[in-house]
Amino acid sequence: MSIKVKIVSPEKVLFAHDADMLVMPGSEGDIAAMPDHAPLMLTLRGGVADVYEGGVVTHRFFVAGGFADIAPTHCTILADRATPVAELSVDAAEERLAGLEKSYEDADKMNVPALDILMNKIQSARAEIDAAQSAIPAMSL
Amino acid sequence: MASLKELRARIGSVKSTRKITSAMKMVAAAKLRRAEARAAAARPYADAMRRMLAEVARSVANEGGQPALLTGTGQDKVHLLIPMSSDRGLAGAFNSNINRTTRNLVLKLQAEGKTVKLLPVGRKTHDFLSREFADLIIGHRHLAASKEIPFSAAAELGEQISSLLDKGEFDVCTLVYNQFRNVMTQTPTEMQLIPLALPDNDNTASTDLATYEFEPDEGTLLSSLLPRNLQVQLYATMLETAAGENGARMTAMDNATRNAGKAIDRLTLTYNRTRQTNITNELIEIISGAQAV
Repeated sequence: MSIKVKIVSPEKVLFAHDADMLVMPGSEGDIAAMPDHAPLMLTLRGGVADVYEGGVVTHRFFVAGGFADIAPTHCTILADRATPVAELSVDAAEERLAGLEKSYEDADKMNVPALDILMNKIQSARAEIDAAQSAIPAMSL
Repeated sequence: MASLKELRARIGSVKSTRKITSAMKMVAAAKLRRAEARAAAARPYADAMRRMLAEVARSVANEGGQPALLTGTGQDKVHLLIPMSSDRGLAGAFNSNINRTTRNLVLKLQAEGKTVKLLPVGRKTHDFLSREFADLIIGHRHLAASKEIPFSAAAELGEQISSLLDKGEFDVCTLVYNQFRNVMTQTPTEMQLIPLALPDNDNTASTDLATYEFEPDEGTLLSSLLPRNLQVQLYATMLETAAGENGARMTAMDNATRNAGKAIDRLTLTYNRTRQTNITNELIEIISGAQAV
């Protein structure tokens, strides 16, 4: 029993394969998509999506927010931006975080929706740094 | 009648023109292939987005207070037009079709007493529209200067449109772009972005499944899906414009190359005739000179 997992970004399909389980960072907590999961649509926060096959993680992708469509037989992640974890760069993410924090400082503190969006982006950038750092030891082994 | 020297120069210049147009044709063909591949790669996201949006919208259809991106402002006074052309010319009627369609649309809306605002995308349409409707243009964008159109270009444009809507700058937003039918044919098309015409979800597989649950609730999900959907639609039309531009250029340059070939044939014929006439004239002069002696 497996589900069809698809991870797509606006530009292209990053991953399309059958897998046992897909754990993704939902905006209200991590969620695992497994065969016969009840149909669910959710928004994602920035974080790492893990693809499990045969009990081990076979692929890891960093997704910078987006949406997911879970159904009994398939699961599709619509990522705003998605990168395999091994290809992430700590420096680039830190640079982006610094830029975002600066624009948060400068932002109009009364404009709550805009602040929320910025806050989500900052959270996503922090998650990206964490993911990138977690990938480094794995690569040096 | 032109002299031999002039004719030689003409033939030479038409030959260089033919070389240029045939090179441009080949470049456009290569770019077209890449642009088509990119458009195909972007399709799965757009398809999935459309399906999700239809599903969510269906479940909130009976609730009030829907986002303005979906339903518009409820008025029909101020129209924002977004014509989308390429940055470069020499692509046959590709850009002038957009310009003409937009111009007619502006005049039609103005005749109906509506206010029109323009946000041209692409240098060619901006240049054209700023001649006649300079006071209607509220901003403009060029397509990416780089070879590939990044998604961020569409994202920025989408955010600009969303914020204009939030400020109440317009009621209806329509995109004018070239729909890519095939390499030969691009049809200028008007597509209404806001209020959004929702796609039918009848023939997709998701409807026969159990009803979806949503996390967070439908309203929140919908309001975060809609801006993204706008960006995705803009991105898709940008890619279509890029593919169409290269297709149109390829066709135009193919015709130009063929015409240049014909012109060369005609000029060569004239050249040879003239040469022969000159020789005959010279012979007549020599012979009559000899006879006179």
